[in-house]
Amino acid sequence: MLGLWHSILSLLPFDWAQYGFMHDALLAVLLMGPLCALLGCMMIGNQMAFFSDAIGHASLAGIAIGVIAGCADPLVPMLLFSTVLALLVSLLRRFSAASTDTVLGILMAAGVALGICLLSRQGGFNKFTRYLIGDILTVSPVELARMAVLLACVLGAWVLFFNKMLLVWLNRSIASSRGVASWTVETVFTIAVAVTVTLSISWVGLMVINSMLLLPAAAARNLARSSRGYVLWAVAIGSVCGVAGLITSFYSGTATGATVVLFSMAVFIVSLPFRRR
Amino acid sequence: MIPAPVPLDECDRIAAVKATGGAHSPACGECCTRIANLSVTIAGTRILDDINLHIHCGEMVTLIGPNGAGKTTLLRVMLGEVPYRGSFMFTKTKAQTHKGPPRIGYVPQQFIIDRTAPVTVLDLFSAALSRLPVWLGHSARVRDEARAQLDAVGSADLLNEPLGTLSGGQLQRVMLSLALTPTPDILLLDEPLASVDAPGTDLFYRTVSELRRTHDLAVIMVSHNLLDAARASDWIVILNRSILREGPPAQVLANTDVRALFGLDVTPPPPAT
Repeated sequence: MLGLWHSILSLLPFDWAQYGFMHDALLAVLLMGPLCALLGCMMIGNQMAFFSDAIGHASLAGIAIGVIAGCADPLVPMLLFSTVLALLVSLLRRFSAASTDTVLGILMAAGVALGICLLSRQGGFNKFTRYLIGDILTVSPVELARMAVLLACVLGAWVLFFNKMLLVWLNRSIASSRGVASWTVETVFTIAVAVTVTLSISWVGLMVINSMLLLPAAAARNLARSSRGYVLWAVAIGSVCGVAGLITSFYSGTATGATVVLFSMAVFIVSLPFRRR
Repeated sequence: MIPAPVPLDECDRIAAVKATGGAHSPACGECCTRIANLSVTIAGTRILDDINLHIHCGEMVTLIGPNGAGKTTLLRVMLGEVPYRGSFMFTKTKAQTHKGPPRIGYVPQQFIIDRTAPVTVLDLFSAALSRLPVWLGHSARVRDEARAQLDAVGSADLLNEPLGTLSGGQLQRVMLSLALTPTPDILLLDEPLASVDAPGTDLFYRTVSELRRTHDLAVIMVSHNLLDAARASDWIVILNRSILREGPPAQVLANTDVRALFGLDVTPPPPAT
């Protein structure tokens, strides 16, 4: 599969298409762009915009714990950490009257501080900057496979749960009156966001991961009238900006994640005049 | 497990109505909602205290009370959103034609929506009625059903409009027609008319009244307007943490304490001829 992908791309008459790592990276943005856009659609207007940012930042503590535990790939401790965090936040939203913003802010600050302290304890923080800025040009086939599985899971969840999520998001009581278990639906979604953020961090870095999630959906919101249009626009914008950002970053030598975000931002600005009042 | 309904003669409500000579005649007469010794405490504050209430199918019951009386909380208990002590159950009545637990329709007090939300009226119906995810499309069945239901409240033209562009009254009509699809056994209305103009209010009451006759629907409405409620209801419950008084509208309206509570002229209205 991957071999076929490589040979097709090498036929393209472009400089960037002659490098194997660009082929992998292109596949990576084509998996990650739609995935982030799908999740972003459900985050806006659902008081979730800050949540993914907090999860992303707090993952730094997960990375640190993994490194200290001696894992070569800190993915497992990171996933555990962010999933537990997602569950905690979900429980908090259910049982506490306190504003989740404050709690998320505290979790985020604590996670980042703990992560920095642990990772910098022998003055060697530099080797971890890939988690801050990300490096999509070094993705491995295993990482690609993981992301593909995650995209498939989220697509599956979007087929099974989208209507329920939309109803919960529009009005929880209407959802309850129709037997939708709001909390379960929200928790499934929260965990999906947490896992996606965690898997994406080493690709685009925790500094810009939230923009990858939110910007395509925010631009799509300005362009779409219906839910269908919203999702399709977001996926299209996420994918196109991903590819454009990757290729631009090849020629400009800039960090890919940040370049993609700048493209999404440009699309968002262009979409603003189409916004309904 | 849905408990069996209470037979007519076991419910003292019917006797009470008959004693006052009320025109109230519930369609099948069975209790479809039974609340006994129910109380709700949230964060140490007693919101509802020892509520006992029977509601029959084909009957429109209005809960009235000052702000903070616990009216909305009582509706949320019925929606399963608030933990409570005591007993509360919807029972399955003869009038219910479908299997499974009774269907609940709910119209919120105010449907707060982000004005830029890309969700059309049809999206809303699809989300509630269909398994087909709305981002993949709408089934012809849901589209036809939604159009027919909206038509019944004079809003068929709103089918493809984004929710964010609707006026308060339009939104409330959409919410009502959604709550009535499929026809529920119990309809819960939380101050549904707060943002609706007078013609809209009339249409709303007419639609609901007709439905409760044709479909033996039990309607439980929260309202702050005693006179409006009296006009349309079969039974009025004055609630202020506990039930202060309940009875047929004429009887409740004639009570001087109630009239004073709602700032009405304390001289009772002349008896209807």
